[in-house]
Amino acid sequence: MDDFRYLPGVTTLKLDEKACIGCGMCLAVCPHGVFVINERTAKVIDRDGCMECGACATNCPVNALSVDPGVGCAAYIIQSWIKGKENASCGDGGCC
Amino acid sequence: MAPLKDEEHGSCRTVKNGCECEEKSNPQVIFSGQAAEDLCCGPPAEPRSSHLEKPGYQLCRFVEKFIETPAGSVPRVKRTLDRSDIWETIKVRSGINRNQYKITPGLYCVGAADHHSPVLVSANYKLSFDALRQALTHSHAWILVLDTRGVNVWCAAGKGTFATEEVVRQVRASRLADVVSHRTLILPQLSATGVAAHQVKKQCGFKVQWGPVRSEDIEFFISHDNKCDAAMRKVTFTLWERFVLIPVEITLLYKYLLWFLLIAFILSGIGSGIFSFSQAWHRGLISVSAGIVGIVAGVVVAPLLLPWIPGKPFSVKGALSGFLAGSAVAAIFWGRVNALEVTALMLFAMAVSSYLAMNFTGSTPFTSPSGVEKEMRLAIPAQAGAVLISSAAWLWAAFGAQG
Ligand code: SF4
Ligand code: SF4
Repeated sequence: MDDFRYLPGVTTLKLDEKACIGCGMCLAVCPHGVFVINERTAKVIDRDGCMECGACATNCPVNALSVDPGVGCAAYIIQSWIKGKENASCGDGGCC
Repeated sequence: MAPLKDEEHGSCRTVKNGCECEEKSNPQVIFSGQAAEDLCCGPPAEPRSSHLEKPGYQLCRFVEKFIETPAGSVPRVKRTLDRSDIWETIKVRSGINRNQYKITPGLYCVGAADHHSPVLVSANYKLSFDALRQALTHSHAWILVLDTRGVNVWCAAGKGTFATEEVVRQVRASRLADVVSHRTLILPQLSATGVAAHQVKKQCGFKVQWGPVRSEDIEFFISHDNKCDAAMRKVTFTLWERFVLIPVEITLLYKYLLWFLLIAFILSGIGSGIFSFSQAWHRGLISVSAGIVGIVAGVVVAPLLLPWIPGKPFSVKGALSGFLAGSAVAAIFWGRVNALEVTALMLFAMAVSSYLAMNFTGSTPFTSPSGVEKEMRLAIPAQAGAVLISSAAWLWAAFGAQG
């Protein structure tokens, strides 16, 4: 996905390196190669590659990761502006 | 067994006990002197029903046979797609019958699966299921299909239907622990958004291993001791992957098209003579062309050329492709439109294309919601402003020309 880069410096991804136990789960689930494991701790090597899918945070067994997950979908965001986050869906958009 | 959707009943295709045709209201056909079997019931009788069928159910065409397991009989599915699968795929991809393309959740198998065979977990969207069974060219495996409401893996994980609880529920409902002796599930990596591996293990004793992102790599994964190489862990968004999304994006626009045409022709007809139908027609056609090239630029050109159009925000990419498309319209109608009208047409094509390209963010596997929201806060006012200025310029030009 190196040809595909979206806006830099926006992701809400946070890694608490002190809490990390180096299990490697985040590495396995991230579809954008954001992490490496270095000296038994996860490191973020490509922060701007993150699309905030939330897979890493869901699967970290010690909650060392946090991200405000969601779908990067304009139709969804328009709905969340109008109806609030709880009621938003992509509706019949081309996405989900 | 899932009910088949594509069986046609009610027509007189099936011949049982001689001719049971109900269409007796067409006497010409009966007396037309054709061969007896053509009289009313069309083609010759189809083969006898499969012995696997049961009253009240319909047999899925992709089921080859049923095998017996300690947890009851399990359908064994074909590894290849037949004509009806392909035809249905085309229909789904083109936006016809896009929803409701489900298969029944539960346990299936391919090949000679036994108690050592791997268990692959999948969504009950038929395209996902078809891709998986087609990718399993040699392996003998179990496929545990979750009830994701007919939604694909990625979207279902995001919506919370491909979730930890659903995995646990289907593992229990299918009595998987009686069917296999190992305790490992292979899940598609893209379901990790909705499934917490450590929770699955805790709740049903099965360990989750993350399979590759794409089902076409599943054979590699299984034959390499459940390991992926790094490339199989990353999503891609190739030209082909972008291309197959376009037809659905287009069909979603139909319902707006009528409004657009109406407004374009009305606005174009207004002038110093209050309203002129001939003017509405001539100028309307020009403005509609600008709208249509804007649509093509935003829905077809920008997605296809995505990595090569400069700019990171999709709205910028769309505005650029819209600019080129708008220039083409201006060139075609050159001489029939003045500078003010050219400005209006260009702005309109750019705004339409920019908005539609921005909507494509929802179909890509790399746009972050924070990014899309940031982009939209700037882009939507700009797009709305462009449409307003464009309409004002278009109206103004009509008064200028005749007033
Ligand atoms: S949120 Fe998704 S894309 Fe971002 S780091 Fe986590 S797994 Fe990777
Ligand atoms: S999943 Fe959590 S604990 Fe495991 S390596 Fe990643 S951050 Fe560390």
